[in-house]
Amino acid sequence: MRSDPADYELIAPGTLQAVVSLLAGEPGQWLPIAGGTDVMVLYAAGKLQSRKLVSIWNLAELRGIDVRPDEVTIGAGCTYTNLREHPVIAREFPLLASAARWTGGIANQNRGTLGGNIANASPAGDSLPALLAYEAELILVSLAGERRVPYLGFHTGYKKLRLAPQELIRAVCLRRSFSGYFHYSRKVGARNAQAIAKVCIAALGRLRAGATENTIDDIRLALGSVAPIPLRLTEVEQLAKGKSIQPQLVQRAKKMTAAAIQPIDDIRSTARYRTAVASNLVAEFLEQLRDQQKVL
Amino acid sequence: MSQACEKRHQRELSFTVNGKLETVRIHPMERLLDVLRQQLGLTGTKEGCGEGECGACAILMDGQLVNSCLIPALQAADAQVITIEGVADDPEASALQAAFLQCGGAQCGMCTPGMILSASHLLRKQPAPTLEDIREALGGNLCRCTGYMQIFEAVAQAARPRTGR
Repeated sequence: MRSDPADYELIAPGTLQAVVSLLAGEPGQWLPIAGGTDVMVLYAAGKLQSRKLVSIWNLAELRGIDVRPDEVTIGAGCTYTNLREHPVIAREFPLLASAARWTGGIANQNRGTLGGNIANASPAGDSLPALLAYEAELILVSLAGERRVPYLGFHTGYKKLRLAPQELIRAVCLRRSFSGYFHYSRKVGARNAQAIAKVCIAALGRLRAGATENTIDDIRLALGSVAPIPLRLTEVEQLAKGKSIQPQLVQRAKKMTAAAIQPIDDIRSTARYRTAVASNLVAEFLEQLRDQQKVL
Repeated sequence: MSQACEKRHQRELSFTVNGKLETVRIHPMERLLDVLRQQLGLTGTKEGCGEGECGACAILMDGQLVNSCLIPALQAADAQVITIEGVADDPEASALQAAFLQCGGAQCGMCTPGMILSASHLLRKQPAPTLEDIREALGGNLCRCTGYMQIFEAVAQAARPRTGR
């Protein structure tokens, strides 16, 4: 049943200060809406619980990508198109750039925002494994001020996040320390555009300099759509770190991946398929990382 | 708070549609798609899925391709909107329309306005697109008639005169 627009209130205060004041005045009563690519879908289906919405689309304080020598700060209101088109994101954070390219079609990339992807908290959010791999930090803002938290741990359960009712995600910070890494990402879905991932992966790896045995110096692995939250595979990382990439290691990493994830059967795929694909993606990443040695 | 009591009122919204300033009375959460079709009579913009998956309702808002079914009307305040009705005035887009006719890129016509707008958005950004670029640009537009090949060909043909320049 379609929603009646007369049942809903939407205001656009126009400044971040006004928005956080509103949230502070009635905590939990106002749902922020940016590009609407998630909120409007719920609304159209008659499933939007919040009756009071506050527009944060185009708020200047949430836009822009600030590049500093050691860190890039991405405004939460940046769209996927902004991410795709930014030269520093494309060059230094290709996992995020490719996730932006895979999200929806062009029309949704022009409206969907990075902050919205985090706040919507879908286990299938395309950009989220990339944020885990790059160990992103979030800047949260409220009338009381700002606080900075690691993205890892921000999602605590299905659609649950550590965001106080009066808080808003203001920005995402990425350290510029991944230039020597091999970046690997894949999305497995029914089609390229407009498909929600059955499984997606974002991974980073670096081989030990001068080592002859393809020894892993550093590794980060994150998967989407395989658990109630986007998952970082710390056990697999610990297993692989400092080891040489041999077939036995790849086999153990696959088994550990299968054990670490909690995929479900749903409209898009089955738990069994997701487990097989997730393990294979981890294996493919390790094998491609090993082959980097030949390139170096 | 005052906002809580003062709801369910319509308000005035002004924005520019196909070059003409329009003022309409809306509920802020009304979909821009419905405002265009029902209040302004611009029925060239189609509703397909109503959830941003099919691209039939695509329009240009401030030069950006967007799905109008996902835009609350309030967010269109002061925007410049171009719908399919407005593209005939644009020489690039009308070249696209001619190419769609020549190549058989339009059959039932339901997806065509969105296809033309997506393609025109592409050609503004990339005047000489590859087939890969065309496929990606139209990835958010579903067509159940053509099988897509005629549509890709039409976009390539419309781009060709400029590619040759």
